[in-house]
Amino acid sequence: MSGDPILTVDRLMMRFGGIVAVNELSFTAERRKITALIGPNGAGKTTVFNCITGFYRPSGGAIRLTNDDGRTMQLERLGDFRITKQAKVARTFQNIRLFPGMTALENLMVAQHNALMRASGLTLLGLIGAPSWRAAEERAIELARTWLDRVGLLSRADDAAGNLAYGDQRRLEIARAMCTEPVLLCLDEPAAGLNARESGGLNELLLSIRNEQGTSILLIEHDMSVVMEISDHVVVMDYGVKIAEGSPQAVRDDPKVIAAYLGADEEEAIAVMESGT
Amino acid sequence: MSATSARPSHAAQPSGSAFILKKALISAAVALVLFSLMIGIRTEAGPQGGLIYWTRFGDLAALVGTVFGGSIIIELLRQWWGPVDKEHIVPKPVQAAMSFAGRWLAPALLVFAFLVPVIFYNQRYILDLSILVLTYVMLGWGLNVVVGLAGLLDLGYVAFYAVGAYSYALLATNFGLSFWVCLPLAGILAAFWGVLLGFPVLRLRGDYLAIVTLAFGEIIRLVIINWQSLTGGPNGVSGIPRPTLFGIPLDNSDDGLAAKLGIDFSPTHRIVFLFYLILAMALLTNWVTIRLRRLPIGRAWEALREDEVACRALGINVTTTKLTAFATGAMFGGFAGAFFATRQGFISPESFTFQESALVLAIVVLGGMGSQLGVALAALTMIGGFELFRGFDQYRMLVFGIAMVLLMIWRPRGLIGHRAPTVFLERNQAISSDLVKEGHG
Amino acid sequence: MDYFAQQLINGLVLGSIYGLIAIGYTMVYGIVGMINFAHGDIFMIGGFIAMISFLVLVSLGLTAIPLILLIVLLVSMVITALYGWTIERIAYRPLRHSFRLAPMLSAIGMSFVLTNFSQVSQGARVKPVPPIITGGYTLHEGSEGFAVQLSNIQIVVVLATIVLLALFTWLVSRTRLGRDMRACEQDQTMAALLGVDVDRTISMTFVIGAALAAVAGMMYLLYYGLVDFFMGFVAGIKAFTAAVLGGIGSLPGAMLGGLAIGLIETFWSAYFSVEYKDVAAFSILIVVLIFMPTGLLGRPEVEKV
Repeated sequence: MSGDPILTVDRLMMRFGGIVAVNELSFTAERRKITALIGPNGAGKTTVFNCITGFYRPSGGAIRLTNDDGRTMQLERLGDFRITKQAKVARTFQNIRLFPGMTALENLMVAQHNALMRASGLTLLGLIGAPSWRAAEERAIELARTWLDRVGLLSRADDAAGNLAYGDQRRLEIARAMCTEPVLLCLDEPAAGLNARESGGLNELLLSIRNEQGTSILLIEHDMSVVMEISDHVVVMDYGVKIAEGSPQAVRDDPKVIAAYLGADEEEAIAVMESGT
Repeated sequence: MSATSARPSHAAQPSGSAFILKKALISAAVALVLFSLMIGIRTEAGPQGGLIYWTRFGDLAALVGTVFGGSIIIELLRQWWGPVDKEHIVPKPVQAAMSFAGRWLAPALLVFAFLVPVIFYNQRYILDLSILVLTYVMLGWGLNVVVGLAGLLDLGYVAFYAVGAYSYALLATNFGLSFWVCLPLAGILAAFWGVLLGFPVLRLRGDYLAIVTLAFGEIIRLVIINWQSLTGGPNGVSGIPRPTLFGIPLDNSDDGLAAKLGIDFSPTHRIVFLFYLILAMALLTNWVTIRLRRLPIGRAWEALREDEVACRALGINVTTTKLTAFATGAMFGGFAGAFFATRQGFISPESFTFQESALVLAIVVLGGMGSQLGVALAALTMIGGFELFRGFDQYRMLVFGIAMVLLMIWRPRGLIGHRAPTVFLERNQAISSDLVKEGHG
Repeated sequence: MDYFAQQLINGLVLGSIYGLIAIGYTMVYGIVGMINFAHGDIFMIGGFIAMISFLVLVSLGLTAIPLILLIVLLVSMVITALYGWTIERIAYRPLRHSFRLAPMLSAIGMSFVLTNFSQVSQGARVKPVPPIITGGYTLHEGSEGFAVQLSNIQIVVVLATIVLLALFTWLVSRTRLGRDMRACEQDQTMAALLGVDVDRTISMTFVIGAALAAVAGMMYLLYYGLVDFFMGFVAGIKAFTAAVLGGIGSLPGAMLGGLAIGLIETFWSAYFSVEYKDVAAFSILIVVLIFMPTGLLGRPEVEKV
């Protein structure tokens, strides 16, 4: 694969005390493509995510993000919130982290914090209720409404996020991440806990995000049907190193990948092997 | 169908009279040991400096008897009421009435507040008390920004109150600045101290933040006590100028308001003026807070209380967001402090103890974190209730402490336990407090 | 140099008392995750009970000082421990799985109750007791007429602290109760599933914490020769500061923090100003927390994302 990488991970290292969680990992994610990061439990996938999104400071290596306009940013040098604010990388969490006591709509409004802060003149214009602020707020609500509609939660807009069903919460979290208007969306196991129907809906949502918004997606996933169906490129990790990468087809037939999954968990290995048939 | 069979979970608990009696006996025995020395024997420093003591076994017996009887009554009440954790179904008409009352309570209270000086014009005591209540309402609303909205536990809020009070007192007595010039300055200075403290400590989480704010409150108080040349130390600052109506003094001089209006002077004029002043200040606090909640900054505060990690993932600068909450709360505290100074005319470090911080925090928590109406109701209940015991000075704090414990057990989530959304598409529905988080900072 | 040595001794003695109180804070925090604001007042109650029982014993005609001290120690430990137990039962247990701030407010309320209970029942005036343990040693005669003194009471305070600390460490690390406590600290639900009586274990934590506070109260009484109803507040805040400074949840940390606060306070008073000793202690707390957010011996909090 060559062409237009949006994210380049270059010899990423992450150590916790004496444990090496990620060891010299290099891979790229292409622009407007869906890249999947897979591997058995404990392979270090979430650690990679936390490095990319700034929750961990890598022990070594580089993470470069190339924006649509060609500017390159070194993500490992930006602090957590700046990665979303300046580099436009958004993420979701393995165990959903919504604001449970706020409504679905409010969750999406919080996601537009930085844009709204500018529009509210760092609060002052908002406090006096300036027309420019009111217009910006209207637009923000409109954007939130659009996303609620796309994830099928428009009718639940005024319900507390904590009251939504599990699958709805997963989709709301994706909508919230999209409201930050990212160039790269990082999803940590978006299909976990979803049933087959919900998982099918998720595939459609992710494909439409890629096709309509042109947002690049990097996802960690255990659900092989999701990975195989929607990924353009798959990176396989085990014990903190990359053991294979390529198209879903190529990866599925790779004996190293099968061995890694067999060694780790029989069920997952079967899932990998059966996913193509 | 008997009452017990309707509550199966209850039937499992022993409920016979033997059980009640046993429980009461145990309580009485515990009380006997607890109070044996503390109540049974009274010590006092004797005339020669040594200690003397006398016994009060009668009091001890009475107290143990009370515990015994009280334990039986509580147990009977508990059996009659059913398990505590069970949701009691409120009948529909009552629910409707409550929601009706809820909707009209705030406007009714507001109208009543405006009318207080009219209704109680001749009752100086009630006016003074109302001013006191409103001061605490304002402090509660200020701290609510920090604790209720942003979920940051501040145990040293009184420090900002003190900064505001001393700022006005010192600027007015040393430089002759007027109240209206000092009021914003007091707020700015308090906010400045809030930022100064907040900057290094706001990355601390939970109880560490609590103890650091507590320590800060104590530091401010101790510095005020000991920096005698500036603050007058324990003697405080006296002769603080009274506020003027934009330059017109409220006294019986020739340029006084009464003379200008051509009416007879009465000291009540000033009290009424002070009342409306603090009412206006409190309402301004309320207005700003309500407004801020609907702005990105306020939403970010609440989001921070809900989940700090998610906030970071959404590109929110957690440190600045916390700082603004801290500074805003501190600023309101500073305003309230300036008012306190001008109202009292005299301030001393005694007014700025930890008890004050605890009281304001109790008002916020009892009000229901984040609820503006709840805070106002809690301030009214606490300060009003506190006043009821004015005659029993000795027992006042004791009863206050007991009330605090009981109120927390009764309503750990506060009086108003739901959250109103800041924006809605179709329905503006309240969110149950069970979902609302309380923050970790 | 002599002056320094003397301050070192005084600081260590004061630090021992703070450390004993701090252990109660740190234990309760470790197991139920709440700041037991009433703990300082438990210490005050312990001091009062020691004072009253001492007075009664003397007036009953007992003269053997070691025997009196032993009885006073036992009586104040038992009764104060019962205070700790009762408070947990009444004010904290109903709120255990509640909102985080509710037990804290309940504890602040309980602290007011204890302070004012003691004021109402025993009066507001300071209660002095005559020196009970007298005498001491002169360690070093300085050239400028300054002698380094080590009084017997100082020896008693430090010895009592060391013995109790040893006993307590044994209790936590070697006994069934200690194991249960550590299990509850890790995960109460799991501990309950494995047959640990969580309620009883938490009660025992409060009982032990209160008993240690009673010892601290008695030592305070012996060392300073007075008790008053308000002494719990300041001592409590300082001991809590000590617990946080040492790393809350850590037992050696509490002791270390106590000694640190005791030394800071003593040296600040000796070399700079007595008035600002508390300011110094609190400022150092803030500075330490800024650079070591979990205290001296606390485990760093790993943020799970």
